[in-house]
Amino acid sequence: MLCELTRLGLRRPDSISRSALACGWPGAGHLFVLVTEPSGCGLLFILNFVSFSSGFCWANSVERKIYIPLNKTAPCVRLLNATHQIGCQSSMSGDTGVIHVVEKEQDLKWVLTDGPHPPYMVLLEGELFTRELMLQLKGSSRISGLAVAISKPSPAQGFSPGLKCPNDGFGVYSNNYGPQYAHCNWTVWNPLGNGLAYEDFNFPIFLLEDANETQVIKQCYQDHNLPQNGSVPEYPLCAMQLFAHMHAVTNTVTCMRRSSLQTAFSLNPEEVCDALSDYNVWSTLKPINTSSKIDPMDEVIIVATRIDSHSFFWNVAPGAESAVASFVTHLAAAEALHKVPDVQKLPRNIMFTFFQGETFDYIGSSRMVYDMQMDKFPIRLDNIHSFLELSQVALRNSSVLWVHTDPVSRRNESIQPQVKTLVEALINSSMGANVTLQEVSQSQPLPPSSFQRFLRAKQIPGVVLADHRTSFQNRYYQSMYDTAENILMKYPEGLSPEETLDYVTDTAKSLAEVATVVARALYQLAGGTGNTSAIQADPRMVSRMLYGFLIKTNNSWFQSIIKQDLKGLLGDELPQHYIAVTTLVNTTQLVQYVLANLTGTVVNFTKEECLNPEKTPNPEKEMYVYTWVQGSRDPNSTSRVPFCVQSTVHLTKAASPAFELKQWGSTEYSTWTESRWKDIRARIFLVASKELEIITLVVGIAILILSLLATYFINAKAHVLFSSPGDGGAVAY
Amino acid sequence: MTLAVFFGCTFIAFGPALGLFLFTVLRDPLRIIILIAGAFFWLVSLLLSSLVWFIAVKASDPGDEPLQKGLLIFGVLFSVLLQEAFRFLYYKLLRKAIEGLVALSEDGCSPISIQQMAYVAGLGFGLMSGAFSMINLLADALGPGTVGIHGDSQLYFLTSAFMTMVMIFLHTFWGILFFHGCETQHWWEMAAVILTHLIVSGSTFWNPLYVGSLVPSYLLMFATGAWAYVLSGGCTQNLLQSLRGQQSETSPQPGS
Repeated sequence: MLCELTRLGLRRPDSISRSALACGWPGAGHLFVLVTEPSGCGLLFILNFVSFSSGFCWANSVERKIYIPLNKTAPCVRLLNATHQIGCQSSMSGDTGVIHVVEKEQDLKWVLTDGPHPPYMVLLEGELFTRELMLQLKGSSRISGLAVAISKPSPAQGFSPGLKCPNDGFGVYSNNYGPQYAHCNWTVWNPLGNGLAYEDFNFPIFLLEDANETQVIKQCYQDHNLPQNGSVPEYPLCAMQLFAHMHAVTNTVTCMRRSSLQTAFSLNPEEVCDALSDYNVWSTLKPINTSSKIDPMDEVIIVATRIDSHSFFWNVAPGAESAVASFVTHLAAAEALHKVPDVQKLPRNIMFTFFQGETFDYIGSSRMVYDMQMDKFPIRLDNIHSFLELSQVALRNSSVLWVHTDPVSRRNESIQPQVKTLVEALINSSMGANVTLQEVSQSQPLPPSSFQRFLRAKQIPGVVLADHRTSFQNRYYQSMYDTAENILMKYPEGLSPEETLDYVTDTAKSLAEVATVVARALYQLAGGTGNTSAIQADPRMVSRMLYGFLIKTNNSWFQSIIKQDLKGLLGDELPQHYIAVTTLVNTTQLVQYVLANLTGTVVNFTKEECLNPEKTPNPEKEMYVYTWVQGSRDPNSTSRVPFCVQSTVHLTKAASPAFELKQWGSTEYSTWTESRWKDIRARIFLVASKELEIITLVVGIAILILSLLATYFINAKAHVLFSSPGDGGAVAY
Repeated sequence: MTLAVFFGCTFIAFGPALGLFLFTVLRDPLRIIILIAGAFFWLVSLLLSSLVWFIAVKASDPGDEPLQKGLLIFGVLFSVLLQEAFRFLYYKLLRKAIEGLVALSEDGCSPISIQQMAYVAGLGFGLMSGAFSMINLLADALGPGTVGIHGDSQLYFLTSAFMTMVMIFLHTFWGILFFHGCETQHWWEMAAVILTHLIVSGSTFWNPLYVGSLVPSYLLMFATGAWAYVLSGGCTQNLLQSLRGQQSETSPQPGS
């Protein structure tokens, strides 16, 4: 019987819960406590046939006396690439340690040298989670694990566990192409990056997301572990156990080789790692036939953003400034363009592309370039007229938006004028909007962007729009603090969820301005000749999208634009944008549905026609994708009015070509994989002293030996002991 | 609390029972059968009493604390009475069995006497009762934690092990007393068994004041043990004789 725990909606086929769940009853009376096994979902020894007990499973009462489980935690897991492993690892049966709360630097001394009860499990305040401290902990053998309490508000000095030079070696700059720009020699893009997320730790590290749970742990520590007046704290001590055993080791080459051996030769394969993969979302302004290639003379302008992020901990990736703001702006620009009446007659087509996996060495964009080179994509590299990418755009300083270009390709005489046209179109579009577009120094390289992967394949004119001139404005790049607060989204107090959904924040207005500029520039670049002042992005729509992707996905608007049978898609907790290893994470699906809603048209089809468009003959049907969405709720009734949406939104696989080509040690393509695991959980409890345990054992052995001797003696002398004098025949024993 | 506590508590709780089983029951297949059947009878009695308590709990309001406590007390009461009722039923079954054994034997004598059956039956009841009390705790004793984070006593495992040991002994002695009472129509012996069982089970409600439950239980165990010893044909003279290592006056009987 498999018991699956869904962690934030992620189902892993081998995640079997080993917590001793049993069906039992509360209260005292060991007469009624049922026997449980420590593995599986408990077995009912007695009342198996009592069907009405089956709905009642919680941890048995003795276990509840001993352990307090920590439910709102996020682990740090192991990721591997071609050469290294990063992340954390615990022992197979969890790591246990005596809790010590470190609130200032001096507290660390107790853990590293002074404390008498190693190993310790450190509870760290978020402010102290720095590289120096972590390297100190890494070198020590007295640490068995770490729990980080998320710091509210975010640390003032900034925090970024990413690298100083993100995606180095997988962009376009290398020793062959712009060597002076390679390895961030010219500009360090993420100066606050401490690279913690790319270190390898041999102890588990968990994030405590709930302040109440952190308080429970601190209370337990204060009750039992505090040294009283300099004396040693006495047993029983408060301890914590973290389970996060990872199956993969060394690097992707090793773990994929082991996994492929398992799948090839074992009846019950135990794979150890999975490649990070998902889907890219793309859509064209004018519909194209995806089953064949477009005309070689057709020109396409590609607009690109990334939709994923990462942080030190698994599935914690709010990515507000690094991903969400950019793709929301992109979606708003797409909506604004589709509203223009003569858009179907534009000479050039526009492709809106949302790349997944860019955080991990450009998984999505490298795959798309590969597909274009291998002729597996309807559009070829030669069809690309220009490229416009939206990098981080939400933290504009005094409303300036910077235009980054590639200095190496601009030396090419055919590329340089096209780039100039591109920049001029952008600057023209910014007239009248509250956005000032400025070009950065022409000798500065491109920031980390999907455009770099396209440049690797072919020199294409393109720009990257960002809110930073040199290094990032984002002080929480790829960290758990890159949330709505980071992009200054502020809502007034006391609003209901519906009102919050529709409230237009200043951030939304600012992003709508950027979207307007982008839409107008695209119109011009695509050959449009009309007046662009009518092209406006809708700030209300931008605000709704920001709310849906940063605060709560389970809102009324998202509910109305998704398909009917997707119940697990919308949740009430904060949305996270990590690529993960399961296909079609929530973010990809939601971007798909939002794009379909914003750029598609409602058609009058029935449900059968919408779900099976090939049944009704119509040559136009091949160019479109039809989605049956559940529609909004009628205010009077509880039912929804579904309808059919016709759009050009497609999904293509975003898995690194290294896995297609089985080149697991590739330095050309991304080779990131995520380890598999069985059990991830955390709990706190009291530990008794070794002396008490040994005393119990000794008493037990003594009683055993004594009772064996006594019984032997009684048995041997039974004829004496149990015979009453004068009782000749009827002796009992 | 790790392996040391696991083995320590196992040996404390089941050590004496293991000794009794090894030296007195293991050699004789008939005794093994009676032991297992006795364990089964206890199991069925627990099943039925659990069913009644479970239905009562489901039918009542889970938020009402005094009611739940009252239901628990009622459950314990009902369980004790049901266990003794099943002991009586087992006695009846064994009486029938003796007739069958006599018919099958070569010399018209049952290979096992009712007193021996009483002892083994009591031991069976005790072993199953101990298993149900203790196995659950032992499974959790293997983990790294000990009881106490919510303020309970740290000695939970130790006292449970001692309580289990005393319950196994008590069931053995009650078996002897009860069967003797049924044989000789001494109703007061059966009433004493029921009464002491109620007292011991009721004293567990004093927990976590472990003195309140362990001390009366041990005192009652020694008392019932002495009574059972006397009923089995022992007296202080025999005790002193065996300690001095002298031969008894009557000829030794085979098979013990």
